[in-house]
Amino acid sequence: MVEKLAELVNGNPSVVFRGRLVTTEVQILVGKDEYRIKIEEGRIAGVEEGPFLMRPCSITVRASAEAWGKFWQLYPPPGYQDIFAMTKKGEAEVSGDFRLLMQNLRYFKELLEAPRKLAKEGRHA
Amino acid sequence: MPEFEPIIGRYLRISVQGIPYRIYFEEAGSGIPLVCLHTAGSDGRQYRHLLTDSEITKSYRVLAFDLPWHGKSNPPAGFQDREYRLSTQLYTDTIMTFCRAMELRKPVVMGGSMGGRIVLELALRHGDELGAVIGLEAADYQQPWYDTIWLHRPDVHGGEVCAALNSGNMAPHSPNESRWETLWGYMQSGPGIFKGDLYFYRVDSDFRDRVAGIDTSRCPVYLLTGEYDFSCTPEDTLRTGKKIPGSRVVIMERLGHFPMSENPAQFRKYILPVLDEIAGKKK
Repeated sequence: MVEKLAELVNGNPSVVFRGRLVTTEVQILVGKDEYRIKIEEGRIAGVEEGPFLMRPCSITVRASAEAWGKFWQLYPPPGYQDIFAMTKKGEAEVSGDFRLLMQNLRYFKELLEAPRKLAKEGRHA
Repeated sequence: MPEFEPIIGRYLRISVQGIPYRIYFEEAGSGIPLVCLHTAGSDGRQYRHLLTDSEITKSYRVLAFDLPWHGKSNPPAGFQDREYRLSTQLYTDTIMTFCRAMELRKPVVMGGSMGGRIVLELALRHGDELGAVIGLEAADYQQPWYDTIWLHRPDVHGGEVCAALNSGNMAPHSPNESRWETLWGYMQSGPGIFKGDLYFYRVDSDFRDRVAGIDTSRCPVYLLTGEYDFSCTPEDTLRTGKKIPGSRVVIMERLGHFPMSENPAQFRKYILPVLDEIAGKKK
């Protein structure tokens, strides 16, 4: 799912616009699978799969494959519809540069939620 | 012909704790007064769908006022030199002053989120003056899930971050247009207002030791919470309801923390029977 982020984000002009001041590299962990998302002015410039050795990144978001599976449903069950609903339940963890995250919170939330579009189109892997 | 809605907006002059305020409120309908309290960092527009629902306004006079510092109720003179902070006492005094100034007889008071928290205090301390209270997304306490330090600072846009924090606290089924309208309220809040409201909500209103004292034979208590509310969870509300003998708890499907504004059609299914029951008891 994460590997499709470039297509999903770059194909949505309103998400790219929200992130127009964001240039960074973030990490998403799906269980033990590690992904790096390179962002340039809101566009996803690349998605790489790890492992990575001490490579810096600004923000890390971590959840189990099962929790992400629920989060990426078109209608997630209660408690899985929002990344902070998941952190409150202990189902996800967010760490790193919170100032960058809060300055661009809507952008990062929409980036994380982008795979729901695949569920809508029946393209879930 | 102009296409008017039935809502009338007016300004009311009141004084709370010795400070004069100019309060904006909207109203529609006639019958039992139903005073609606908006959530933290937003304003009375959240209730516009109730105010235009003839099924409700045929037996209720629905009133929604903006708290001072919110919506079209200005902050007091000298606001620029102080930090806004809502307390249990100030919130209670403001609501009761509004009800008395409007000469409302036995109003039903309904509030969402922090408005749902304060109606518990109103039922406890002013139950004899009220017809009933309805807490939407209400509990005597709930676990916080973020640090309020992010809500009021020059390096983070307050309106954007308040809206983004709340964006996922609604049901995914709620219509996109209504979800975004709900967030628009948060985007428009003055600097530090959401944070100041949360002082009441998080610091000054742990009612866990108080709610058992509510007498529902004097003031009936209804608690309605959406299944998608992760801020005030259904478990929080159920726990609170258990402590208040005679209270009624309803867990609402496909709704989150903002039932009245995120999905008015879905909320209607749950609020109409409650309002009918209250009106029936009054007859």
